[in-house]
Amino acid sequence: MKNPIAERIADFLKQFHPFSEIGYTHLLKVAESCSVLYLEKNQVLFHVNDAIHDSFYVVASGAVGLSVSSDTDDVLIDKCDEGDILGLRPFFAKDNYLMTAKAREESIVYAIPIEVFRPIAMQNSGALDFLLQSFASNTRNPMDKNHKGKLISENVIYDEQKNEIQYYQPIQYTKNPITASATDIVKYVAQTMSSRKIGSIIIHEDRLPVGIVTDKDLRSKIATGLFTIDVAVNQIMSSPVITVPENLSIAEAQMMMLKHNVGHLCVTKDGSNLTEITGIISEHDVVVAQANNPGVLLRQSRRAEKTSDLKAIRAKLADLIQNSIDKDIPIQHICSLTGEINNAILERLITLSIEKMDTPPPAKFAWFNIGSQGRKEQLLLTDQDNALVFEDVEDERYEEVKNYFLKLAQKVTKGLNKIGYAYCPADMMASNPQWCKSVSDWKNQFKGWIQNPGERGILMCTIFFDYDFVYGEESLINEISDVVFGETENNDLFFAYLGADALKNPAPLGFFRQFLVESDGEHKDTFDIKARGLVPLVDAARLLAIQCRIRNNDNTAFRFMKLAEKEPQNAAVYEACGEAFLVLLRFRTEEGLKNENDGRYLNLKELSKLDKVKLKNAFQPISEIQEIIKNRFQLTYFT
Amino acid sequence: MSWSWLKKIQKEAPKFWEDYLASFHVNDETKRYVVFDCETTGLDIKKDRILSIGAVAIVDGQIKVQDSLTLFVQQDIFKAESVPIHGILKEGQEEKVVEAEAAIQFLDYIKNATLVAHHANFDIEMINQALNRLDLGRLKNQYMDTDIMYQKLKYYPEDQHTSLDELCEVFKVKKSDRHTASGDAFITALIFLKLKKKLDI
Repeated sequence: MKNPIAERIADFLKQFHPFSEIGYTHLLKVAESCSVLYLEKNQVLFHVNDAIHDSFYVVASGAVGLSVSSDTDDVLIDKCDEGDILGLRPFFAKDNYLMTAKAREESIVYAIPIEVFRPIAMQNSGALDFLLQSFASNTRNPMDKNHKGKLISENVIYDEQKNEIQYYQPIQYTKNPITASATDIVKYVAQTMSSRKIGSIIIHEDRLPVGIVTDKDLRSKIATGLFTIDVAVNQIMSSPVITVPENLSIAEAQMMMLKHNVGHLCVTKDGSNLTEITGIISEHDVVVAQANNPGVLLRQSRRAEKTSDLKAIRAKLADLIQNSIDKDIPIQHICSLTGEINNAILERLITLSIEKMDTPPPAKFAWFNIGSQGRKEQLLLTDQDNALVFEDVEDERYEEVKNYFLKLAQKVTKGLNKIGYAYCPADMMASNPQWCKSVSDWKNQFKGWIQNPGERGILMCTIFFDYDFVYGEESLINEISDVVFGETENNDLFFAYLGADALKNPAPLGFFRQFLVESDGEHKDTFDIKARGLVPLVDAARLLAIQCRIRNNDNTAFRFMKLAEKEPQNAAVYEACGEAFLVLLRFRTEEGLKNENDGRYLNLKELSKLDKVKLKNAFQPISEIQEIIKNRFQLTYFT
Repeated sequence: MSWSWLKKIQKEAPKFWEDYLASFHVNDETKRYVVFDCETTGLDIKKDRILSIGAVAIVDGQIKVQDSLTLFVQQDIFKAESVPIHGILKEGQEEKVVEAEAAIQFLDYIKNATLVAHHANFDIEMINQALNRLDLGRLKNQYMDTDIMYQKLKYYPEDQHTSLDELCEVFKVKKSDRHTASGDAFITALIFLKLKKKLDI
């Protein structure tokens, strides 16, 4: 009897290796014998050490991640997409699974009984070879680069995930580096560096590291005339040099560099500066070691030729964010990396868009992000908010120039939409004539908002005061900043308005410390983490930052950090707020990644008790900061 | 006349019907669902007829492709206007069976499984009408409706209905074989699996 469902599955399978090698009648038999499984996101298909199943699996839709566990950590080593095979182990071996297969998104997989498939595969050498190869790659020691399988290397995403593991591998660095003695003359040291094409040189005394000279030292101390080129090198070296032991992992190397804010690490025998120099690790080594690192994504963005390339990068970024969240990397770190890469994507897109225009820009301009993008707090793909400012031009050219930039902005916003940043429903985009204008117009616009702070004005302030320069002529943005800070200085009325606005969302806990949930509408009984948790903190940080004249720190957590420095008497509250903000942002991001939405509404029922306590603790500082605002701006009578 | 129902009872029921009824007394270890869809000549339960039935079983949360059924029914009544939708011609390529044979195969296939369909009432009523024409009783199986399951998931009111196409959109199921009975049954089965998980049934 005909089985249309089996035919449908056979038609799907025949597009992929090794099924494409198998004749249709056999394939139909395979399809007939299979079962169709649905996996929810994060549902486990099989665990490491589970007894083997009697089937192997083909992903029909969605994606399944393969991971190995080291200690308590799951290290993702492969992501199987549509048409990929997994769980081949029982085909060749009798022992238990060596990996865990877990759905990374909602997936449908076909389970193909090995009993049915084995005789068919055995008759077909092409199919068998393929299975052997993919088996080898699926079960090899993930640390072992030599057994790289063919199946997996064809999978682009895999290459990246593999670097996830490399992250914890020892870093490759320059062994036996070129060194100079402390008493060598700068000129000769510089000549050595030039001829060897190196950017840094370790300075030793009796083979022990005492300092390092980099291009930067030569630039800042010699080229400026501070020292002459014939002094001893120990006069200009940076000292002490940061020393590390051998066998450092990439992650550790990166951490050390970030921690000490240096670009080079000196490797010594035991890691102290009292043993012999054995190598040097540069920032470059770290970057090269990890293809999946943010730096590489940045570089890829800069080299992208098409919007679709950028889209792929944004998709990789999403993976990176998910992995980072899974690994409990501090959210602030993730935020700043994501912000940088988002900006790099945008920069590149603008460059590409300008190339597509018939003429180069007729005036200097700057593109800036506003709202959460401006604050670099956008981890999930939410909508775009941006604006454009161009330099003042003569009246008769104004229309022409504005039209040019509007056209450019349309190209850019369209591109962004294609990449995955949805259009802003409120049309807060540079393609809107209202938000694409000359620097004088912008200044007047901000003045208007500040001098006549009505409800709309305040709303605009909350959006536009979080701006972040992305592309073009930064001085244009600075001009606007000058106006903002000039106009707001001692402007009590304005601060009263903004303060009242910041207080409109009180801390979301009821009298008995229970959560206040949405009482009606589509999101009934869920908790609006954005409006009730994040917005009050964001608003408070913005208000206080403007009042304390803190510039260029648009990220809410940074703002609180800076505030804590400026007002030690309130430092405890500010620090608590900064932390609370990061906790809430993490909740939202995890929720958003889980449900593939903006993560705004938390389902309290799904939270563990611990999470609920964490969440409640994060709300505590909201009341405190609101108290500060109330007193500072004397709002008790205002509202 | 009004006593004719008595005759029906007295008349000995055919073997396949007895088997079907007997299957409900068997205690199975695993629960079996049969997801099915009928393509019909129209929406009038009395006048219209079943053109084809597609069905597939779900056991242990897995769609068993082998455990499926596709039937094309020979037509006495034939409406030309429904051909463009289903692509089933009166004298089409498919091997067809008469309605009685279809009923026998269908009952033998479903046994005591829980039936699942989208807008199940209609499909079940179409089968019941066919059984009625064979002087048999109504289907005894429990059944579930993916439309109602979705209502429950979304807290929709009872009168808010969702089409299979809409559910495909919501659950990102490819609609490649829409409007063949087997294709729709398979799509419904995928949606059913998702709903079942989400509703935690």
